[in-house]
Amino acid sequence: MKKVFIALVPLSVFIGLIVLLYVNLNNHSEVLPSPLIGKKIPQFEHPTLYSNQVLNQDDFIGQPWMLNVFGSWCPSCQFEHPLVTALANSGKIKVVGLNWKDEPEDAIKWLKRWGNPYHEILVDYQGDTAINLGVYGAPETFLIDAQGTIVYKIAGVLTEKNIQQELMPLIEQMNQGATNP
Amino acid sequence: MLASIGQFLLILSLTTAVVLMLLPMIGYYKNNDSLMRTGRPLAYLLFVLVFSTFAILVSLFVLQDFSVTYVWQHSSLALPLRYRITATWGAHEGSVLMWITVQALWIAAVARYSRSLSLSQISRVLSVLGIIATGFIAFVLFASNPFEITNPAPLDGRDLNPLLQDFGMIIHPPLLYFGYVGMSVAFSLAVAALIGGQIDEKWIRWSRRWTNLAWAFLTIGIILGSWWAYYELGWGGWWFWDPVENASFLPWLAGTALIHVQAVSERKNAFRGWTVLLAIIAFSLCVLGTFLVRSGSITSVHSFAADPFRGIFILVLLAIYAGGALTLYALRVNQLKSKDAINLESKETMLLGNSLVFITATFTILLGTLFPMIFEAMGKKISVGSPYFGLMFFLIMIPMAVLLPLGAQMKWHKDKMSSAVKALLPHFFIAGLLTVLAYFAFDGLNLRATAGVFGGFWIASTSIMQIIKFPGKPNAGFIGMSVAHLGVAVFLFGMSMTEHKDVEKDLLLKPGQTTQVAGYDFTFNGVTSIQIENYRAQQGSILVSQDGQPLVELHPQKRHYPKQQQPMTEADIYPGFTKDIYVSLGEQINDKGDWAVRIYIKPFIRWMWFGGLMMMAGALIALFNKRNKRLEQQQVDQVMKERLKLS
Repeated sequence: MKKVFIALVPLSVFIGLIVLLYVNLNNHSEVLPSPLIGKKIPQFEHPTLYSNQVLNQDDFIGQPWMLNVFGSWCPSCQFEHPLVTALANSGKIKVVGLNWKDEPEDAIKWLKRWGNPYHEILVDYQGDTAINLGVYGAPETFLIDAQGTIVYKIAGVLTEKNIQQELMPLIEQMNQGATNP
Repeated sequence: MLASIGQFLLILSLTTAVVLMLLPMIGYYKNNDSLMRTGRPLAYLLFVLVFSTFAILVSLFVLQDFSVTYVWQHSSLALPLRYRITATWGAHEGSVLMWITVQALWIAAVARYSRSLSLSQISRVLSVLGIIATGFIAFVLFASNPFEITNPAPLDGRDLNPLLQDFGMIIHPPLLYFGYVGMSVAFSLAVAALIGGQIDEKWIRWSRRWTNLAWAFLTIGIILGSWWAYYELGWGGWWFWDPVENASFLPWLAGTALIHVQAVSERKNAFRGWTVLLAIIAFSLCVLGTFLVRSGSITSVHSFAADPFRGIFILVLLAIYAGGALTLYALRVNQLKSKDAINLESKETMLLGNSLVFITATFTILLGTLFPMIFEAMGKKISVGSPYFGLMFFLIMIPMAVLLPLGAQMKWHKDKMSSAVKALLPHFFIAGLLTVLAYFAFDGLNLRATAGVFGGFWIASTSIMQIIKFPGKPNAGFIGMSVAHLGVAVFLFGMSMTEHKDVEKDLLLKPGQTTQVAGYDFTFNGVTSIQIENYRAQQGSILVSQDGQPLVELHPQKRHYPKQQQPMTEADIYPGFTKDIYVSLGEQINDKGDWAVRIYIKPFIRWMWFGGLMMMAGALIALFNKRNKRLEQQQVDQVMKERLKLS
């Protein structure tokens, strides 16, 4: 009898371990895709590309907007460019570009060639805001509501699929919220 | 197109693994020879399929096929070819694919080199390996498929994490996987033995060689990881007690206990249940390590993106493998009776003691690793760091160092403790004397370093004595053991010196400025910008000289990879037999070109890794033991005779 009991010890310890790991895993499963979602957009102050006007986060309060991180050095940005253009032209959302670690002349040349869909372009020459936003690589896109809260983030290129399935529902929702508060 | 073939091969692999899991085992239960014989061919087929799948993923990286999600996420047009190949296992999906590739290789090797096992034994072993393969291939297919497609394909990828664009990272994961997966052989043998309710010496002898091999791979994998962290992370550390490092260290500790206990149980009908249990623990810790790394349950520099589904999947696999094995253990272990009596004063007792020390170390470190989780489950947050691990490990290793020479000295079966102690006593004093000399030669050592250095001398001195006094021609088993034990001595010495006598200086240097650290002059000749392959680097130039004689010019770099917002600190090291000179760049302080520079002197740090290499070499040398070969040949003859009689 005693022998049987001893033989059960490893199994019992193991079951305890599995329970612990399971509980722990569940604690972690609520982690959001980005820790910034649901938080206010970090403070920034950037000149715009075509003027010396300096804008900060408060200048965008009042309507929902989309921040698209891009650079002329980034081939994937060029790839998603037609989709960004289409979104901006749809008039459903204000589209702001964050020109990241780019030479302004290069950016202007690039926009001249491929077209400039952006309602506003912020120049993040040092990359400070990109760091604050946890940008991992260009392109990345953030949805921000009228109060300046980050609602959603897409790391990587925009595609028809993620625009239709992920962005558009949120944009519609925000627009409704803005019209009837 | 290629990706679809990969996907298809993956499905075929899963099917084959399922068949391998079922057929030989059904054959075993129905006593059907032809079903049992399917094991070996299925094992070879599985290897061919899985290996081809892996080769296809490598080709997708080489060909830059960005329609494959995994490829564009971890490669880019500018990435050099060598890193495109290694990017294959640079992130989660590919690394699990590599896991199963390595496992398929082990299974094929087991099928090939197992002539000494009877058909009923090998069929059970292969079938258990098939269970493991099935779980992990299913994991790749359903939870981490590397062949998923992005449509439309991006024009360029996101580049590989710069930390992984490095030679050490090319070979560290495969070797570690060889070790992890290799432990599954001892595990499958243990489970197969429990299924049959019996285990004999021949079987343990066979499994011991595989365990040795797996342990050697684990050792070199861990050493490479440590070496990589040292030169790549730029803080000059070599071990951080990071949860993922612990995850690789735990199976190593349990494996160390296992190979020592196997030495007893292959000779005598003793410690059979303990051998089986240790084999189960060692492999379960490998799977647990995989879980910890992949689930995001713990935070670590190694953790890949958190994905709860993956976590659950591996947790279920762990529950099935370890839970199943331990249930079998609880039911059957009392059938594996150990009949031979063990004398208290014998090598057997010492080896049992060794396994207890190592298993205590295993559980202490496991507890430390899981402690933050236990607290979190109760709603608190704590972090357990190197002070805990360092101290606990030090305390547990004291009996190890003291007893090691005694265990090596004692004879099998029956010996007198007093005569062994008598033979060793002079070396206790020799080691003491050498330690005192070292104490003064290195301007004093603290308590831990003194203990470590003494332990090193004590083990080295006694091992050398045992080699000299060995009666007759030493066999490979003895040579392997001695080399490994001398490795422990070299490691202990190197580690103690590095930990306690290193010099670390964080300095602000102006261009042209010379500063003195530990008797060396460091002249900072400024920083220039250069462009190399897929990154830009700011490269410092530091001339090291001693007594006015220039010694070496070091070029530490601060690298910037444009695609990944992660600056990389690339240290430059002047390695030496007794010390490393280690220089890395901090931050630029101002426009005048002043930089923060770290200068480290790391005494005897190479000895640590060299000691580890000796341990690995020892395990490999022991594979060539003639005694084992002879006994195995007898066993093969026996199996063949039985087979002929049957037909």
